[in-house]
Amino acid sequence: MEALVPVLIKTLFIILVAVAAFAPVITWVERKQSAVMQDRIGANRADIAGITVLGLLHPVADVIKLLTKEDVVPTGANRALHLMAPLIASIPVIASFGVIPYGGTYHFGDTTVNLVVADLDWGVLYIFAIASIATYGTVIAGWASNNNWSLLGSLRASAQMISYEVTMGLSIVGLFMCFQTLRLTEMGVAQDSTFRILGFLEHFGFVESLGWLSHLTLPTWGILLQPLAFVLFLTCVMAENKRPPFDLPEGESEIIAGYFLEYSGMRFGLFYMSEFIEVVVIAALMTALFLGGWTIPWLSQADIIGGVTPIFGVGVATGLCMLLHVVAFFAKVILMIWLQMQIRWTLPRPRYDQVMDLCWKVMLPLSLANILVTGLVILVLQGARA
Amino acid sequence: MEIPLEHVIGLSALLFAIGTVGALTRRNLIVILMSIELMLNAANLAFVGFARAWNSVDGHIFVLMVIVVAAAEVAVGLGIVIALFRNRESVNVEDVSLLRW
Amino acid sequence: MSAPAVFFYAFGAAAVLSALSMVLHLRNTVAAAMSLVVTMISLAVVYVVLDAHLVAALQIMVYAGAIVVVFLFVVMLLNLRHDVFAQRRERLVKLAGVVLALGAAFAFLQLVPNSLPTVQEIPADFGSYAAVGRALYRDFVLPFEISSLLLLAAIVGAVVLAKRRLS
Repeated sequence: MEALVPVLIKTLFIILVAVAAFAPVITWVERKQSAVMQDRIGANRADIAGITVLGLLHPVADVIKLLTKEDVVPTGANRALHLMAPLIASIPVIASFGVIPYGGTYHFGDTTVNLVVADLDWGVLYIFAIASIATYGTVIAGWASNNNWSLLGSLRASAQMISYEVTMGLSIVGLFMCFQTLRLTEMGVAQDSTFRILGFLEHFGFVESLGWLSHLTLPTWGILLQPLAFVLFLTCVMAENKRPPFDLPEGESEIIAGYFLEYSGMRFGLFYMSEFIEVVVIAALMTALFLGGWTIPWLSQADIIGGVTPIFGVGVATGLCMLLHVVAFFAKVILMIWLQMQIRWTLPRPRYDQVMDLCWKVMLPLSLANILVTGLVILVLQGARA
Repeated sequence: MEIPLEHVIGLSALLFAIGTVGALTRRNLIVILMSIELMLNAANLAFVGFARAWNSVDGHIFVLMVIVVAAAEVAVGLGIVIALFRNRESVNVEDVSLLRW
Repeated sequence: MSAPAVFFYAFGAAAVLSALSMVLHLRNTVAAAMSLVVTMISLAVVYVVLDAHLVAALQIMVYAGAIVVVFLFVVMLLNLRHDVFAQRRERLVKLAGVVLALGAAFAFLQLVPNSLPTVQEIPADFGSYAAVGRALYRDFVLPFEISSLLLLAAIVGAVVLAKRRLS
């Protein structure tokens, strides 16, 4: 039972940070972002005794409003499934934080601290599995509401989410081939180093002619090794999240609000919040896979600890390194959230057939080609090395 | 292993029996297909249990093959259901007991 | 009882109960499909207890995440609301139940105790994606490739069946 305590602390930390702190603030960021895009001032009216704090009180007002609203179950709805659907939609999203590392492994004397709730060998597969369960919340919500618009929304959601799951899985196979692992902590460690940009030329006998160019290095981040996979995977996870430009299942101008049309009060709030929590999940996952996770570019964990130890001793150096890593991780997460907000407020919604065409006719062939090319490059490099 | 193999196989047999009852007694084609999925799942559980007991991942490979077959079966089976519904406005197997119409 | 054993029996019971309600109780096709999902996910937990990690992940991804969603998609597409049981259902259920119970009892009392292998020790990476992948791409390459042909045939078949319209 002693092993449970650190796990509980880590779980609490991730829930407090990602769910309770990040998600409400993102609703505010979303409003401010839309205001910037539309040349408005944005949310700034909610106040306590005249103090508005830039509109940061709006999330609080939202929660109070949602909690006190009546929870309506429409006539003819399947009551049990209607009540369950928001839970099915939101729980898997929170559960996927479980395998995302927000820091590396640190040794304080005899105790080892690794900053991930569950360090699964099949971590990425776990996330795919969890993401595929989240489909049910949407599908069941629309069907159980007994409303034609909702049903259309669920039909769209189920087809869209299954289709994009296929490409989502295939798009990062190249990344697995580069890092040789599915464990997210190992992926982070693999990204905590650098490679010489032109280093591969040495295998072909160009050593002398390169000069100072041969000393240029880049971090071994996923985005630099697999840039195409980054674009494909980001598109897929955004489509999974069903936010604009992939909000066909909601499509307010066509099918009003789609699958959550008949929801009110906090059950609507759960759908709404799970979308924003998923934005954080996507940002954290993209960071762990492509942006080097908790690592700091050109400054590996050994460098930091080795550099600080002579001044402050090993314990302080390791603690400092841990702090820096966690800060770096969340800084990258904020960057990815910002990127998603930009995309969300820039792109218009395509037609449904265009969304499906994009998935099956563009992104699926591209991700297969990416796997093929990655495999070829790895083979050639191995051959050149041997 | 803490869990006796008998219990794994027992669970598998129980699920298979339930699936068989469903496939034999339900009249909705979709539910019959779901019952068949249940039977395939029961077989998978037996494969996993035996793989664990024999220390051989061959059982897991079999499960993967069964999953492939199940996916193929569902795709074609539900295609048939949709084609049937277009023609007969029904997914009840008793409405399609004739060989011609 | 240790934690894995608790998980095994709890989720095994959940799988059986939800399978029973799917087959015998629920008339609503969507509710039956959701019940099947509960069975699938419970079985995935059982697989984890039995050290089949890759299989557990694929169970949720393919069975719960794709196959049952396709079932739901078709049910919603056809807009089926309520299912009628057959007239002869009661008799059929009794007959099938008796036959299967007798068969299962025979299997348990006679065959199973005499023929089960003794459980062996397993390596630490048993059932990981690496171990299964090694077997799949070395010893079972041919079945693996053939299964891709099967999937291709199924895709073509499904498209042809579902797309054909009566003029």
